[in-house]
Amino acid sequence: MKYVPVLGFEVHIELATKSKMFCGCPADHFGKSPNTQTCPVCLGLPGALPVPNSRAIEWCIKLGLALNCEVNLFSKFDRKNYFYPDLPKGYQISQYDLPFCKQGFLDLSSGKRIQITRVHMEEDTGKLQHAVINDGEKVTLVDFNRSGVPLVEVVTEPDFSNTQETSEFLKELQQIVRVLKISSADMEKGSMRLEANISVRPENQSGLPEYKVEIKNVNSFRFIKKAVEFEILRQTRILESGASPVQETRGFNESKGETFSQRTKEEADDYRYFPEPDIPPFSFEVDKIKEWQSQLPVLPIQNRLELMEKYGLSASNAYIISSNDTMRTIFIRAAEIGEIAAKTLADFLVNKKYGTRFPDSPSELIKLVKSANSVQSEESVLLPVVSEIIAQNPEAVASFKSGKQQSIGFLIGQVRRRLPDADPSATQKLIMDNLSGKSS
Amino acid sequence: MSSDLHHLDISAASAGLRGGKFSSRELVKSCLNQIQKHNSGINAFLTLNEHALEEADQADINLPLGGIPMAIKDNFLTQGLRTTASSKVLDNYIPQYDSTVVEKLKKAGAIILGKTNMDAWAHGSSTETSDYGPTLNPWNTGHLPGGSSGGSAAAVRADMCTFAIGSETAGSIRQPAAWCGITGFKPTYGRISRYGVIAMASSTDSPGPLTKTAVDASTITSLLAGKDPSDATTIPGNYQKILPKNGKKLKIGVAVEYLLPQMKDEVKKLIREAAGVLLRLGMSVEDISLMDPNYSVGVYTIVQRSEVSSNLARYDGIRYGLDRSHFGEEAKRRIMLGTYTLSSGYYDQYYQKALKVRTMIIEDFNRAFRQVDLVIGATSPGPALKVGASRNQPMFGEMEDILVEPSSIAGLTGISVPCGFVDGLPIGLQIIGPQGGEESVFRVALEYQSAVDWHLARPSLT
Ligand SMILES: [Zn+2]
Repeated sequence: MKYVPVLGFEVHIELATKSKMFCGCPADHFGKSPNTQTCPVCLGLPGALPVPNSRAIEWCIKLGLALNCEVNLFSKFDRKNYFYPDLPKGYQISQYDLPFCKQGFLDLSSGKRIQITRVHMEEDTGKLQHAVINDGEKVTLVDFNRSGVPLVEVVTEPDFSNTQETSEFLKELQQIVRVLKISSADMEKGSMRLEANISVRPENQSGLPEYKVEIKNVNSFRFIKKAVEFEILRQTRILESGASPVQETRGFNESKGETFSQRTKEEADDYRYFPEPDIPPFSFEVDKIKEWQSQLPVLPIQNRLELMEKYGLSASNAYIISSNDTMRTIFIRAAEIGEIAAKTLADFLVNKKYGTRFPDSPSELIKLVKSANSVQSEESVLLPVVSEIIAQNPEAVASFKSGKQQSIGFLIGQVRRRLPDADPSATQKLIMDNLSGKSS
Repeated sequence: MSSDLHHLDISAASAGLRGGKFSSRELVKSCLNQIQKHNSGINAFLTLNEHALEEADQADINLPLGGIPMAIKDNFLTQGLRTTASSKVLDNYIPQYDSTVVEKLKKAGAIILGKTNMDAWAHGSSTETSDYGPTLNPWNTGHLPGGSSGGSAAAVRADMCTFAIGSETAGSIRQPAAWCGITGFKPTYGRISRYGVIAMASSTDSPGPLTKTAVDASTITSLLAGKDPSDATTIPGNYQKILPKNGKKLKIGVAVEYLLPQMKDEVKKLIREAAGVLLRLGMSVEDISLMDPNYSVGVYTIVQRSEVSSNLARYDGIRYGLDRSHFGEEAKRRIMLGTYTLSSGYYDQYYQKALKVRTMIIEDFNRAFRQVDLVIGATSPGPALKVGASRNQPMFGEMEDILVEPSSIAGLTGISVPCGFVDGLPIGLQIIGPQGGEESVFRVALEYQSAVDWHLARPSLT
């Protein structure tokens, strides 16, 4: 039996607002000395009340709009109740049934559409530090600098078929967040955090499997890819052996390249969500949403489509070129000059034919492409390959000689498979010369 | 004169201070003497401010409340002054910041005498659930003062302070005011900031004054009201002024469903008499019908317990306070019930349904307020109950607060003013107005107190 993965993601993004989500403390907590950016609100002291950060809400909705979501015109915060020492109020202010944004999507370069379930706003928790103090006593310390930092959660449907798709999606999401300038989306600093939900089902079976494994706390694209691949394999083996994987949360051991069990879930968590009574619900005007929509910068996908539609690039080349702002700008300006075909420019850039130093200007790029192409039209480079191809393809040669002109095209193609940048006209001339005995 | 300074209301005390008849120190001292003499018998104060006299010496009597001594319910955070909410969990808790209400009172020049007893975490209507023992009713120490702001109400009636601050979730200001024979005012939800008030049921908690007269209640409310950048649920603006006496003729509705079958006839008679006073004052009075208040008890119980179970989660003893083993019976009961009603599978059945009924109650009041300007009725089914009445009665508060819960759930404004005595104990008349209806509520209360003198009666303390 063949098994296929059921794979979805939850991505947390810490917003780079000036202040925290519900108080005036600075939101930028990275590298600050512990508990220096706190107040009664983010410490959960008695009587303290949350006041929502409207900039953070605007940014959350803009991210939702960039992910083609529908905005809930009526929305609210809810309390998610659970106990943990890094959660000073005993509940996290989050969103339950009315997230700011829902039902969006993101298209991959293959054209496959990944559905976005929701984009909602919540607050970050404090940070636990396990330490040894004084005479070797083991303690857990809590740093509340991160407590209450605005956090956006993006949840996808389990639409991914493989890690190539997840990698592209996650990188695209990171790019969108950066283009919107709402977060550094830096995974090492924890401002972008990934959580994969994985299960595996027989290919001929529809519906979701009865279990789900969450992989948490993996902080790089490379490692999440490895973790997911390991996990798909592990679960498939379990299923093949006739057993069923258990519902659990797993971490990833980077040095071993393996996932490991962190916590098994006997039952579903019951967070006892209810509407946050300290924050009145929100009503958004359609005009406000339109205004925010109109303020969105050009998104990566729009850049990609422009490259594909206007310059005729392939999806994969468009993806690579649009992923790099400098490359994209130089490409477009060089293509606009019109001296060299856009596709040739793109191939040159994508295949890194510029060597170690990236061209500074469109004119330098054009010069580099020209000189690179001129090398390949030089006889000394082309001739050995041409001779070899002729020697290897006696049938095509015979066919040509019998008058079938189109056979020359096949031979040129063979040469260019070996030398992708071989100048077609120079190659044709060399083949003709060779076959007509002009060449020595 | 100076021996009875503690009897004065805010208006008279301010006039005396500004007219140079006595000093703030004398006024404060007079209240402190009263506390010293009677607190052991009444147990109204839990913690005293040791600096009250020094603060009195420095008081700026030109400020709105300059030099006026007052008491604060122990669920309002006071920077540097112990705040327990009458729970042993916070036995040693010294707040780092002032609640907005306290900050405003200090700015207005008020002198804080101390913190008053309450039902622990404000869970109750008797002050009997306090971990520091019950407060007793100044009219008869065999009886309860009501609650949860029982300490504040008793302190005002025992003349231990010129006025006090309380908080109401459902009757916690008006009911003890009624049982102690003083004026207690509940503003519209959001009118006065909750920032720094230890949360009980966030969606209905409303701070407000307990005073000797309706004029004083209006004075305090106007000083405390307004949008607070630290409380997202506060509403902008203040009420403008009390409606003038010669303004439009007010229509008063007597809520017939609030004259409960189990209510003593004497109580019903007093409410009818009060309606007669309003009629003589030129208002129109008619009987109106409101939704059976019993529905509100169900809604309130579910919403309040749910919010309590979440609001008390932070008291884990990790960063401040003592651990959870110090929670009393009532708090534990409420946490368990609230946790249950919010659990998956039960949420729709209880909390969601309660919210729907809450909307119906609000609509019912909206309908009533299209018919009349204000609604009156008894504040409580009867006079103060005997000490011990709440023991082993988990629904005690709800049954005693049955007549104030509907208006709390709807976020309305209301006042309780003394309207007579039954068995030597005071009875309260409540006047309920729509959200934002403070101006007309105060007008009726003021006019009523200009025509009667029930609010002037004071017990002889032994
Ligand atoms: Zn803070």
